Parts: sequence; C-alpha cells; structure tokens
Amino acid sequence: MTWIGRSLPRLEDPALLKGRGNYVADHAKGALHVTFVRSALAAGDIVGIERPAEGLVFTGADLDGVGPIRPVLHRPDYRAVGQPVLPVERVVFPGQAVAVAVAASAAEAEDLAEQVFIDIDPIEPILDFDAALAADARAVHPEAPENVLVEGRLETPGFAETVASAHAVVELELRSRRQSAMPLEPRGGVASFDEATGRVTLVASVQMPHMLRTGITDCLGIPESDLRVVAPDVGGGFGQKMSLFPEYVVLVWLARRLRGKVAWIEDRRENFLASAHSRDQAFTVRGAFAADGELLALEADLRSNVGAFSCYPVTCGVEPLMAFGELPGPYRFSQYKVRSRGVTTNTCMMAPYRGVARPMLTFTMERLMDKAAAQLGIDAVDIRRRNLITAFPHRSPTGVVYDEGSYLQAMEAAVAHVDIPAFRARQAEARRHGRCLGLGVSVFSERTGYGTPVFAQRMMGIVPGYESVDLVMDPSGNVEVRIGASPHGQGLKTSLAQLVSDEVGVTPDKVRVVSGDTDATPYGWGTFASRSIVISGGATKLAAVAAATKLRKIAAKLMEASEEDIALEDGYARVAGTNKAMPIPELARAAYHQSQRLGMPAGIRESGFYDPAGTFSNACHICEVEVDVETGGVRIVRFVVVEDAGVVINPMIVDGQIAGGVAQGIGNALYEEMIYDDDGNLLTVSLADYLPPTALEVPDLEILHMETISPESVTKAKGVGEGGTIGAPAAVLNAVADALSPFGVEINVMPATPERIRAAIRNAKVPADA
Amino acid sequence: MPDKIAITLDVNGKSYDVNVEPRRSLADVLREDCGLTGTHLGCEHGVCGACTVLVDGRPVRACLMFGVQAEGKAIRTVEGLADGDVLHPLQKAFWENHGLQCGFCTPGFLMLAVGALEENPAMSEAELRDVLSSNLCRCTGYQNIVKAVRLAADEMRARRA
Repeated sequence: MTWIGRSLPRLEDPALLKGRGNYVADHAKGALHVTFVRSALAAGDIVGIERPAEGLVFTGADLDGVGPIRPVLHRPDYRAVGQPVLPVERVVFPGQAVAVAVAASAAEAEDLAEQVFIDIDPIEPILDFDAALAADARAVHPEAPENVLVEGRLETPGFAETVASAHAVVELELRSRRQSAMPLEPRGGVASFDEATGRVTLVASVQMPHMLRTGITDCLGIPESDLRVVAPDVGGGFGQKMSLFPEYVVLVWLARRLRGKVAWIEDRRENFLASAHSRDQAFTVRGAFAADGELLALEADLRSNVGAFSCYPVTCGVEPLMAFGELPGPYRFSQYKVRSRGVTTNTCMMAPYRGVARPMLTFTMERLMDKAAAQLGIDAVDIRRRNLITAFPHRSPTGVVYDEGSYLQAMEAAVAHVDIPAFRARQAEARRHGRCLGLGVSVFSERTGYGTPVFAQRMMGIVPGYESVDLVMDPSGNVEVRIGASPHGQGLKTSLAQLVSDEVGVTPDKVRVVSGDTDATPYGWGTFASRSIVISGGATKLAAVAAATKLRKIAAKLMEASEEDIALEDGYARVAGTNKAMPIPELARAAYHQSQRLGMPAGIRESGFYDPAGTFSNACHICEVEVDVETGGVRIVRFVVVEDAGVVINPMIVDGQIAGGVAQGIGNALYEEMIYDDDGNLLTVSLADYLPPTALEVPDLEILHMETISPESVTKAKGVGEGGTIGAPAAVLNAVADALSPFGVEINVMPATPERIRAAIRNAKVPADA
Repeated sequence: MPDKIAITLDVNGKSYDVNVEPRRSLADVLREDCGLTGTHLGCEHGVCGACTVLVDGRPVRACLMFGVQAEGKAIRTVEGLADGDVLHPLQKAFWENHGLQCGFCTPGFLMLAVGALEENPAMSEAELRDVLSSNLCRCTGYQNIVKAVRLAADEMRARRA
C-alpha cells in the first residue's frame, strides 16, 4: 500500500485548529509599531512633509543610500521604472507610502501618523488605458513617455491570407475589471535587530522568503547574510504576497536604524489600497473560422493596466506577456497576430493573482468559441470538439509546447456527466415560465511546474524556477525535509511527507517538512504558479530516493543481503523472500553511531535538485446558472469540474485546491471589482465594498478526475493550484450569456454584476416581456 | 495616550486582570493583553468574521466590541475548544474533512459554528449555509466547511442524546 493517493488528513492542521497557528501578527509582542503615512492623492509633486514636534517619523529623505526596487526585464521594449522605497519627489498612486511613524503601540503609531502632513501639488491622474494611451497623454513616468512599460508583438507568416480566405470573422471586446487576490490575512512584517550578530530577522507574511531577502538586501546595499527572512504560517497569498513591497525594506531599515524590533501589520484598507491589484485587462480579438467551425487564425490586441510600478521580481511583464504567449490555450490553429501591452497608470501596482492572465484569456477563448458557434449555427460543444488539441506534444503558434493532456476527453466526460440534452429540456421549460437558466462550458490548460528553462524565455533579470531540497534522517529514524518552496495553506507539507514515506518506508507523521526560513532552508523560489508539488515535490522525491538507496545499502550490509532485495515499508527494511527485517530506526542509528561497520560515509543526508521544463494540467468546467432578469442576480445551480492533474498525491488536498480556486473564479466572474473614481480615489477599501463570495454564493462542486501521465514530472503529479480560478469565470459567464440568449445580449465584462446584467437586459434588442 | 482602565476578563473559564485603553477592541485585548493569539484579525470592520468569539454564548465580532465592554461576561475563544490534545467535534470534523487551508479564518468559523450549533443543533442545510455566510474564507470554497459543520452537528446531537 502506498501513501500516495490517500486523503491523509493534513499534518499542518492540529495547531491551526487549536488556535496555535503562528502568523506574523503573533510575533509582534515587544515590538515598536509602525504606521505608514500614505498619499491621499493618485498623482502629484511632493512639496513638503510636516512632521510633529515629537515622535519618531521618517521620510524618504532619511533613507540615505537606500536604492529603489528595480525589477529587470532584458527586453528592448521594456521601460524600467524604479520604485522608490519612500518617494521624495512625487507620488504616483493613491495610498503610496510616503512617510513612516513609529510608536509603542499600533494605536499610538496611528495617532502619530495622523499628525504628519504631506503637502502634495496635485496632478490630474491617469487611471485607465484610454487616458494612458491617448496621443497627448502625460507620461506617468518620464522613463516611459508613451505609458507602455512592456510590449510584445508577433505575426505569423501567412496570417493576412488566412484571414482573407476565412468563411467568417468573429469579433469580441472583453474587459476584466480590476480585482484583488484578497488573502484573508493582510500583509505584515516584524523586523528584529540582533545586537550580538548585527543581523536582522524579518518575519513576514510572504510567499517567497529567499526572493524577499535578495530584494531587500539589494535595496539596502548589505550582504544577504545580514538578513534572515522567515515566512511563518501565512494566511493566504494567492500571488499577492510574492512581490517585494517597499514596506518590507523600510521595516528592515528601521530595525537597523533603531537597533530594535519593529512591527507593521497592515489593515484591510491598506491591503486594498497599496498591496497589489490584478486582472485589469482589455482584450480585443478577431477569430477567423472556416464554415465547419475550424478556427484558422486569431488576431488579438491585449492591454493590461499594470498600475504605477513593475512588480519585483517577476515584473509587469507577467500579465501581458503570459497573455501574449498563452492566449491560444487548448486550441489548435497556426495563424496568430498579437500585440500585448503593459500600460502604466496612477493606480496600485498590478502583480500576479492566482491564474495570471489565464482567467481572462480563457474567458476570451471560451466566449469566442460560443460566439462563433452561434454565428455559424454549430453546437457549442461541437465547435470545441473540432478545435481542441488532441496530438501531443503540441506546439502553439507562440512556440509553447504542450505535453500530453486530455483536453477533449475531459470535456466529453464533463458533457456526459452533466447530460446537456436533459438540461436543454429543463431550460426550455423554465423559459416558458419566464425563468432564465443557462449552461456554460470552459475548457482550458493550466501550465504548471515550469522551471528555469521556461522562465528564462521571459528574460527577467532574476530567473526563478528550480527547487532544492535537503533531506536528513536523524538517528531516531525521523526525517526532516528542508525545502525552498514556501507553502501557505496548500498542505504541501503533508503531500511531501506522503511522497517521502513511499520512498523511505516511514509513516508520514515521522516526516517533518521545514519551509519558509532562509536560515534553515536551501535557496528557493517559494510557492506560486502551481509549481510546488511538481518542482519541490520532484526535488523531494529525488532526495528521498537517494536516502532510500542509502538505507537499502545499510540494510543489505547489516543483514548480509543483496541491496536489490531490500524493501523499505511500514517502518522496516525487509529482505525479499525471507523473514529477515530490521526497523528503520535501527538502520538510522547505525548510520550515525556504527558507521565504521558500514564502509560508507556516516549519516543519512541527501539533497535533491529539480528544474523541469514544466507540464500542463487541463480541465473542463461546466456551470449551470439561473439569472433573475428583474434583479440581475445570478445563482449558480450546479458546477462540474473534470480535472486532469496527473497523479493525485492527496485527493482531499487536490479537491480542496480546485474548490477554493473555483470559488475565487466565481467571485471574479460575478462580484469582485476594485473601483477608482475619476479623481483616483479608491472606492472599494472595505469588505463591505469589495465582495468576495460567501458560503451562500458558492455551490458544492462535482469534481471528477482524469489521469494523464506526463514524463515531464518525476512525481507524475501536475500542478493544480490555479486551475479552478482559471476556468471558472469563463464557465460562469458563458452560462450567464446562455441564460440571457433570448435577449440577444452579450456578456463582455467581468465581473458580471447585477448592475451590468440589468443594463444589458435594459439595452437588449429584444424587450424583456417579448 | 488615553488613561488605561483595569478590568478583569473571564476567558475560557480563566480570569485575566488587564490594564487597557478604553478604545482597545476586545480582539486586541485578547491577542495582546491576554496572549490569546488564536483570534485573528482579517478586516477590523466586522465583515470577515475571523475574530469571532463567543460572549455569553453568542458569536460576536471581537473587532467591533471594546475590551472594557466584555467585563463580567463569559468569553470563549478557539483556545478553549480542545481539551488538551482531544479536539472538539468541530475541530475534528474540520480536520477530517479538509475544512481549512491557510487556517487564518478557521478560529472564527469554529467559534461561529460552536455558537450556532449550541443554540440550535438541528439546523437545516439552508440555515447552516446562511449562518456560515456570516464569515469569509478565501481558500476552501466553503463546501468542506459546510460539510464539516454538518457532520459535527450530527455528532454533537448524538452526544447529547
């Protein structure tokens, strides 16, 4: 019996359930508290800063020798813009930190911050694409006179001829409004100076502790060895906590300056204003189709509002360049013309959020398929059957190579499970009673577990991708696995323990995974991009295989057997075909304490390194909704997911990732929107304004699995962190569009709020009472 | 700085003598003065429910109540649920059914559910969903939370019977 494939309850949970979690705010005891003084204006020149007569207040002028955050992308079209840690000349987005107040408690620091007056000469802010790209637009940054920070272009030879000879061209203009990853725990950090060593320890709620150490020490001009970064229990990240923010640089600077301990625990308003936003995109596409529904060519103009700065380390290229490269999704066509721009504005920086570009590009391709099907008189499932990729490896027009997947099979399984003809009958019956039911299909790929080979193509100054793992079995036979990934809710420690147990032969409760501490773990890239089970899991497996090999050698030596005949299981090394066995702890003890008998180096300590090119998970989502045409409200009746993430290590955890991802996708599709007014004030600064779904909006999912084995992953597992969020918006919005098809309205904006749905119905070609 | 007031709080059956500013929220008093950091703060404006505790048996947003208002009342927090290593039926159900991921909302959901089930252990599915919609979770998509609470309710009913 293997541990892989079992829904083992998570090893992480007992502490979290008992209220004994260890989050950043729990480290603040004894610290001075820090409050940032933030710009109330979206854009302007700083004329002066008045500080109160008493109290600790620092501004950018005090940060002598502290450099800006400067993400690097080696592309000729990239306009590098440095982000000052605390600006002294001008502010470029509302909520930008300008000064910092320090006091004995958070309340007193807030009192002090209120006495700081930042005198700003206002400038009319540039908030959206149209304003930023206007011919006479003011430059948000002098370094980027045209307000474009990055731009990708491609046109395949033969594109124009293919479009000209196509049977039909289907056009779409889609918009994703600005959204927030909104982890339930906001950002925060506690920095402590150690007089004995001169080092600072920064405990922070982050997804990439090593990256943060590099970024902060680069800004401060100190060696990395002077800083230890610890990610304790992290209350959700979803990408928002994988960038370096100025606040963390200030915290480390303050700890060194004050030779003490400082804490900053942001509030929800700060998180909405000044952490990172996402999804603010406008895509215009034209698909050229043959009469039988075959997609022949795609033209795309993709704009991403990346906000005021480029995020570190992945840069503002992350959204526009992924959209550029991966828009074709799971569809087979060879002619592609694309222009993708990252546009800078006086808004909060955009940074990765679960799915990155793909929720919007899946929405785009899936709307395109539905619209083309309607226009060509083909069934919406049939048009996908005609166009989904089925031969692997598949090379997309942008050169992305897809390994083996089950795109068509997953859709067929979902379609069969849902029973579409039965739905259509119910839909027709409901319409006779004035009720609008709709069904939406979404098929998509989720690129996961990509290492340096793929990241290198993005030409970032910092190329992430590999993972290292150090595995030690101690003399008592317990295993410690030190990983460079930095899980924060994914249950990775449990999944890795299951992987290790199957190799080494001890139970998962004897495997302790250590993460999120730069003093205790090998340099790694943290947890993001559906990568950890593939890459960190791969490295863990390689280390565990090496440890198991050594255990077998020791066992063979001590039991005078052949190494090939040793099996490690249930805590024992057994010799095949005999009743000879030794407990693994005895082997471990011998490795350390009787090494002279073994003729090999003492101890059991192995490393694993893995840097794959990556793989693709795939899935099909089908959603059924009912739209209330009077209120514009959408109720999700049913949601089916057929997921193929390769070998499933822990089914309960995998389904949990899918369910959580779909819930976020539902929020993104229907409710969540960050709104600036015309003056650049953010209107959505509380959870009464920004609306993630609750238990009433998210249905129980029906999840089915397929299992395509990929040679691209040593664990045979593909990643699964983002898929739910990638596919759900398209399924929900296609369902809404289907429900409203009698009105002839289009659903082109996400979120499709009641207000937008009502407006679409009001402006419909067919009146509601027709 | 406003003057501090000496109060005594009854938390999980234990008495805490603390000296707090009148403006300090119950959540801050629990976390910083009583050292009970299991109660979490996700929004500090009463929407997310991560700070939910029981005050005289009823679920309360600890971020919307002042510490001084809680004097003389029986406060229960997540730290009081388990008996040593023996988990409360709700904690056990959350564990077995993957009702948590990052764990940040979990104490609030547990206390919300304890309060609701102690008041009405026989809630319908719709009532249960309605009560659980009081709090936000960003990780799980709720279905395992709902499932865990339903199963725990069954067990709590069975124990009473």
